[in-house]
Amino acid sequence: MSILIDKNTRLLVQGITGKEGRFHTQAMVEYGTNVVAGVSPGKGGEWVLDGKIPVFDSVKFAVEATGANTSVIFVPAAFAVDAIFEAADAGLPLIVCITESIPVQAMMRVRSYLDQKGTRLVGPNCPGLLSPGKSKVGIIPGDIAIPGEVGVVSRSGTLTYEVLYALMQAGIGVSTCVGIGGDPINGTSFLDVLELFEADPQTEKIVLIGEIGGTDEERAAEYIAQYVSKPVVAFIAGQTAPPGKRMGHAGAIVEGGSGLAADKIKALQSVGVKVARHPEEIPSLL
Amino acid sequence: MKLHEYQSKQIFAKHGIPIPKGRVAVTASEAKAIADELGGRVVIKSQVLVGGRGKAGGIRLAKDSSEAEELATQILGMEIKGLPVRKVLVDEAANIEKELYLGITNDRAARKPVMMGSAAGGVDIEEVARQSPEKIIKIHIDPLLGLRDYQARDIAAGIDLPKELWRSFTEIARGLWSAYTNCDATLAEINPLVITADNRLLALDGKMVLDDNALFLHPDLAEMRDLDVEASSEIEARKYGLSYIKLDGTIGCLVNGAGLAMTTMDIIKLFGGEPANFLDIGGGARADKVAAALRIILSDPNVKAVLLNVFGGITRCDEVARGIVAALDEIKTDVPMVVRLVGTNAEEGRQILANAKMITAVTLVEAARKAVAVAKGEPVQ
Repeated sequence: MSILIDKNTRLLVQGITGKEGRFHTQAMVEYGTNVVAGVSPGKGGEWVLDGKIPVFDSVKFAVEATGANTSVIFVPAAFAVDAIFEAADAGLPLIVCITESIPVQAMMRVRSYLDQKGTRLVGPNCPGLLSPGKSKVGIIPGDIAIPGEVGVVSRSGTLTYEVLYALMQAGIGVSTCVGIGGDPINGTSFLDVLELFEADPQTEKIVLIGEIGGTDEERAAEYIAQYVSKPVVAFIAGQTAPPGKRMGHAGAIVEGGSGLAADKIKALQSVGVKVARHPEEIPSLL
Repeated sequence: MKLHEYQSKQIFAKHGIPIPKGRVAVTASEAKAIADELGGRVVIKSQVLVGGRGKAGGIRLAKDSSEAEELATQILGMEIKGLPVRKVLVDEAANIEKELYLGITNDRAARKPVMMGSAAGGVDIEEVARQSPEKIIKIHIDPLLGLRDYQARDIAAGIDLPKELWRSFTEIARGLWSAYTNCDATLAEINPLVITADNRLLALDGKMVLDDNALFLHPDLAEMRDLDVEASSEIEARKYGLSYIKLDGTIGCLVNGAGLAMTTMDIIKLFGGEPANFLDIGGGARADKVAAALRIILSDPNVKAVLLNVFGGITRCDEVARGIVAALDEIKTDVPMVVRLVGTNAEEGRQILANAKMITAVTLVEAARKAVAVAKGEPVQ
């Protein structure tokens, strides 16, 4: 098993005719993901990828025609919020938003609405998900992970690739890798993913990759202490980050003495989580 | 993006929040003219984007317009925490009975906006939050419903505001909520909100911080950016869509992805070096962007070595390598460089760099060790 995505995932790509959407749809199809439809308002009736994937004008039409059960969003920030609402209103239970730079107030409205509907959103500003050997939804390169028993959850993008690569070099496989995104307000939290990994019989160990900003890692530590029986290894980026400066990710900032890497590391270590000093140390701690 | 006090207060006024009469001056004679208009007794307030202006002597009371001119001369010549004072706000002096606090910010953990009120206004609210959190009344606002009047009244009651001021307080709270939402702010704060001697509420000072990701929706607000607060290299980087933050160390870092960029800084420190910067070239960066990044890093005279760490995904290593070669053709530097390319088209990238006399590394640990060594002038193979 894996979490959130597997061989039964019937994927719909919002923004499939754009440069990013087209490129990554190709990569997802090559990986073996079952991409059943694309949406691009005004381009309904066209086909992409040598006539293999039909394009629809709306998510609703695409779902009715193809039975899609998951959406991945590649549309630019100015239109991404509307794309999330559209996917939620079409009844999709899982939405993965890759788009970065979405305004934070808009994300608070999205979260409030999605929580009421019971829709799960992964992201935004995330690399998506990878269940090695089964399915890939998003932009994580498929060739840097092998199937296995370690669940990976991360706030970062390329840092996640670095960790996956280090695991693969050490011959360690992955059940599912979930990039939850680097924004201050996101759809799926560490807690949500820890709960899913704890319940997943394939996942035996968990790697958690956090960074400065907010208190999600501290809350993850509290959750691990209470509810997670599987061993967890963590890495926290940003120990040398100066306070008050946003380190690329909208959510990666130390504000008013809160969000420090040192506090997160301490919180995790205090509940028995092994914290790696650098990504290449993670395999040996597992 | 932080706004100046005068900018924040102009926005507040547009949303129905009462502010003192006043205007901005860039010269002392302008300040005198404004003071004359306002009847002489004014407050001269330096407009710089740092806290602690009052303590630094950047906020002074003038009893008449000639004193206003004198004080404006002094303040306009000041530097506060390294920032030059280029503008002063000349405000009519208010007779203050009591100082309150009212603000709205994003509560990350609750995933909702939170409105905060306190009877302990006029001081640093983060300090109040640390020392006596019970003095702050917090109310979370449903972002889909907006602020409701009863919530504003709950705050008024919680801070023991006299009942005859509740109606006016509710209007101010509503105005602050619209200012916060209409501008996509991450912080909108009135500190202090004062009760005047003639029993009115007045927003004496204002502060707004806007969401950089939302500025494309508000071009008029984006123009308010004050470039004084940023290093010139940071402004240059933004032009190219690079995320760059200057630090004090000796090892320049060029990395794709924010998390990996932070990790690269951390591992340099772990092996005994000091990073000179944070730099994320972003996903899918093209050669010209990489070249600009390398130019910006090398413009820092403290840089004794550069570590280039690229994990190709959407970003192609050959494209990055071409950018490096282009930049080196133009800059001609002796600063040693350690390069690590992994992922998409890494082999092609390495071939492009084969003639560029760079030190190569396979793992992150090896790259960091070599960068730290060459920055100290030690030889590496």
